[in-house]
Amino acid sequence: MATKPFSVTRLPGFGAIAIAAFIALYAPIITLVVYSFNAANSVAIWGGFSLDWYRLAWENDQVQQAAIRSLVIATFAAGFSTLLATLAAVGTTRRGRFKGQTIIYVMINQPLMVPEIVTAVALLILFGAIRTATGIQGLGYLILAHTAFCIPFAYLPIRARLEGMDMSLETAAADLYATPWQAFRHVTLPLLAPGILAGAMLAFVISLDDVIITEFVKSAGQDTLPTYMLGQLRRAMTPEVNAISTALLVLTVLLLTGFFLITRGRQN
Amino acid sequence: MAQSRTRTAWLLSTPALVVLFCAAAGPLMIVLVYSFLSPGEYSGVVWDPTLEAWFRVLFRRDIFDGTVSLADAHLTIFWRSVKLSLLTTLITFVIGLPTAWFIATRPARSRPLWLFLITIPFWTNLLIRTFAIMQVIRNEGILNTALLKIGLIDSPIQLLNTDTAVLIGMAYVYLPLMVLPLFAAIDRFDFRLIEAAYDLYASRWRVLRRIILPIIRPGIVAGSILVFVPSLGAYVTPRVLGGGRNMMLGNFIELQFGQGRNWPLGAALSMVLLVIVTLALLVYVRASSRDEERG
Amino acid sequence: MTTTAIEARAVTKRFGAGEITALDAVSISIAQGEFFTLLGPSGCGKTTLLRCIAGFETPTDGAILLSGSDITASPPNKRNVNTVFQSYALFPHLTVAQNIGFGLKMRGDDAAKVDKRTEEMLALVKMEQMASRRPEQLSGGQQQRVALARALAPAPEVLLLDEPLSALDLKLRKEMQSELKRLQSETGITFVFVTHDQEEALTMSDRIAVMSHGQLQQVGSPREIYTRPVNRFVADFIGETNFLEAEAKGDSVTLSTGDTLPLPGAGTGPITLAVRPELLRLTEPGEGDLTATVRDSVYFGTDWHCHLLLSDGTEVVARMQSPPTGESGIGKGQPVGLAFAPGALRVLED
Repeated sequence: MATKPFSVTRLPGFGAIAIAAFIALYAPIITLVVYSFNAANSVAIWGGFSLDWYRLAWENDQVQQAAIRSLVIATFAAGFSTLLATLAAVGTTRRGRFKGQTIIYVMINQPLMVPEIVTAVALLILFGAIRTATGIQGLGYLILAHTAFCIPFAYLPIRARLEGMDMSLETAAADLYATPWQAFRHVTLPLLAPGILAGAMLAFVISLDDVIITEFVKSAGQDTLPTYMLGQLRRAMTPEVNAISTALLVLTVLLLTGFFLITRGRQN
Repeated sequence: MAQSRTRTAWLLSTPALVVLFCAAAGPLMIVLVYSFLSPGEYSGVVWDPTLEAWFRVLFRRDIFDGTVSLADAHLTIFWRSVKLSLLTTLITFVIGLPTAWFIATRPARSRPLWLFLITIPFWTNLLIRTFAIMQVIRNEGILNTALLKIGLIDSPIQLLNTDTAVLIGMAYVYLPLMVLPLFAAIDRFDFRLIEAAYDLYASRWRVLRRIILPIIRPGIVAGSILVFVPSLGAYVTPRVLGGGRNMMLGNFIELQFGQGRNWPLGAALSMVLLVIVTLALLVYVRASSRDEERG
Repeated sequence: MTTTAIEARAVTKRFGAGEITALDAVSISIAQGEFFTLLGPSGCGKTTLLRCIAGFETPTDGAILLSGSDITASPPNKRNVNTVFQSYALFPHLTVAQNIGFGLKMRGDDAAKVDKRTEEMLALVKMEQMASRRPEQLSGGQQQRVALARALAPAPEVLLLDEPLSALDLKLRKEMQSELKRLQSETGITFVFVTHDQEEALTMSDRIAVMSHGQLQQVGSPREIYTRPVNRFVADFIGETNFLEAEAKGDSVTLSTGDTLPLPGAGTGPITLAVRPELLRLTEPGEGDLTATVRDSVYFGTDWHCHLLLSDGTEVVARMQSPPTGESGIGKGQPVGLAFAPGALRVLED
């Protein structure tokens, strides 16, 4: 071989910038996590290891309620949006073009395109008016808003899974005496399951992370974890916020790892 | 056959479309209507159609003599939003291209791991990431503490509550949005083309300029749109890092919906933001369909 | 008298807004227990005809009859016809045994019956050891066997095979060809086999239907198709053929070279003659029926292909068995004589 190794894929400086980028991405997050274990009341000066902030957050009623509320909303929103997205994906994917295809795609992906602040303002106006007119309160508004913006996130993996599925499998099922419903129940649905699960997980993460729409739609005393944390900005920042962040971070990473294992494991 | 295909598609999509219409697309029309009404005394609107809100997006009228002049405060916010969004796009591209290239050229076995590492921040709560970067750059943060300790600076650099802080924050939180589409484009790239270019006496710089960049253009366009659009509508990052004064369009819109504020103006500003974003998306659609035509 | 298993009556299939005609009034009758092959290049309509029989496509016009009853309008799950797909289409989430039992289960057979039949089928394709494996754990040949067993399990009246061997390598393909013949004679089921491989068609079929551009060109036994092709397409598609332009004059023909040869019943007017290369023999110059010049000769191991130029410039190929030395004994530009074997000249319809 050549005396001086030559790699066509190497470009000068690219590796260094990439490594620096990874460090820059992770250093702040790692710092945030580390300081959640700080014994001192500071996010800058290290005062030794302690789990006090986790205990404090755990015992904080507001945090507890916000956490429960976040989980309740995310569970319902993920469940509903996944169900709706599955139906839509089965209806719109494969089997050729149909009239109004673009309209449906644009509608489904609309939450990804419209700036969140605009949707938030719109919902503030609409739900405010409904609240005043009917007097109905409760988490329903938040669940409805979250369900809507979770739909495209649930739809995408389900659709991707469907598109990767061999159409001849359902044809084979029909050939082997399965009715259309039996073919869906015994062939399509079991094969689609990983996509549905992946979609539900993404929807859950997206709902759990939402700040802007929740901030505008919630009524007083309906804080979720992210809006609670945003509210803490006005006060002096303590590592309690780091502790809550870390807990959310761990939950997200766990869900994402599950998502990747599902989508990767099934591909090969 | 085609007819029943259309019917099935619409029938199965209807539940999702209804929810989306009620809680996403439909309410936008209310915002449009609100932008043509007059502000209520404390909040909300009164049913008095006028173009005043749209007028006030760019101009202001003197209270005493009624002379019309440009609304400097608004223009400053528009300019800051566009400037910071463009700079964010540029910075994330300059950092994101090498990063995406690096991931795409890893061995097949470790590539998914690197990709996973870039995906985690992508899905991590935006607020948490903004807090993380804030704790690093604030006056008592580890950046200043470290710089002070090694004696590089005498007093902490005031970053928080400046445009620079917002820029750093946005570049930080939106970097994965640039890297992922760039990676997708580079991953499809046929590296034999580079061999061919080197074989035909091209230098490294020319390979990058003449071969790689033109071919991964769809990824560059997609990444730029994915960063520019949310930057323009950013709310959380400027609020946390910019303080009250260094507002961007998103924060300015929110401000209009507080008590005693001007809802119609907020509605008009929302529509302006929506129009700019739609234009950016149209540019993207045209660019990507042109790329498809070229094959 | 043989009974008819499948009959297609003037089946026409158009796609799109009617601008693409995949099948143009195809009529065909396939006998009970026959190994029947649809042969043609890709896009000739053979797969569309198969899909019409299976029920995956509805003919635009015409009718399809299964054992005499019209099934044109019935959906695939109501037809006693099963398919072996080109890609096998094995259900990846089910085991081999579950795949084989799928059709029986869907049809509503009770569990005991499904199990019993599944075991019979596993034995038939010699896959008993693999019953609990998943398709992804099987080799291509094994997947092929499972696909066959799955389609045969419900004991269909007709088994449709859509290029089932195209994904296999040459050696495995040869094995599966004889395996298919064995299965067909053991089960006695009518096989309708689609392929673009002429050799596969010739070696396996009872009868072959050659298709092109959505139309039937010729239906007949492999020997009929090969020795008596009715038109230029069939002669050209199956095997190698030399075409000679000629003028027929009753019981003789005058070739474009000017030579006149006897050919009883040739008719009158301009015609095209087809001659297989192996039916041409090289002779000493001046002997034989025609004179020619050697343009080139190519060694194929078992034989030599000699490219010859006739006196008017027409190019013909003659095949000559290799002698033990492997030498052809002819060189470029050498003049030779050319003799036709008796009955070698065949008049084409078009």
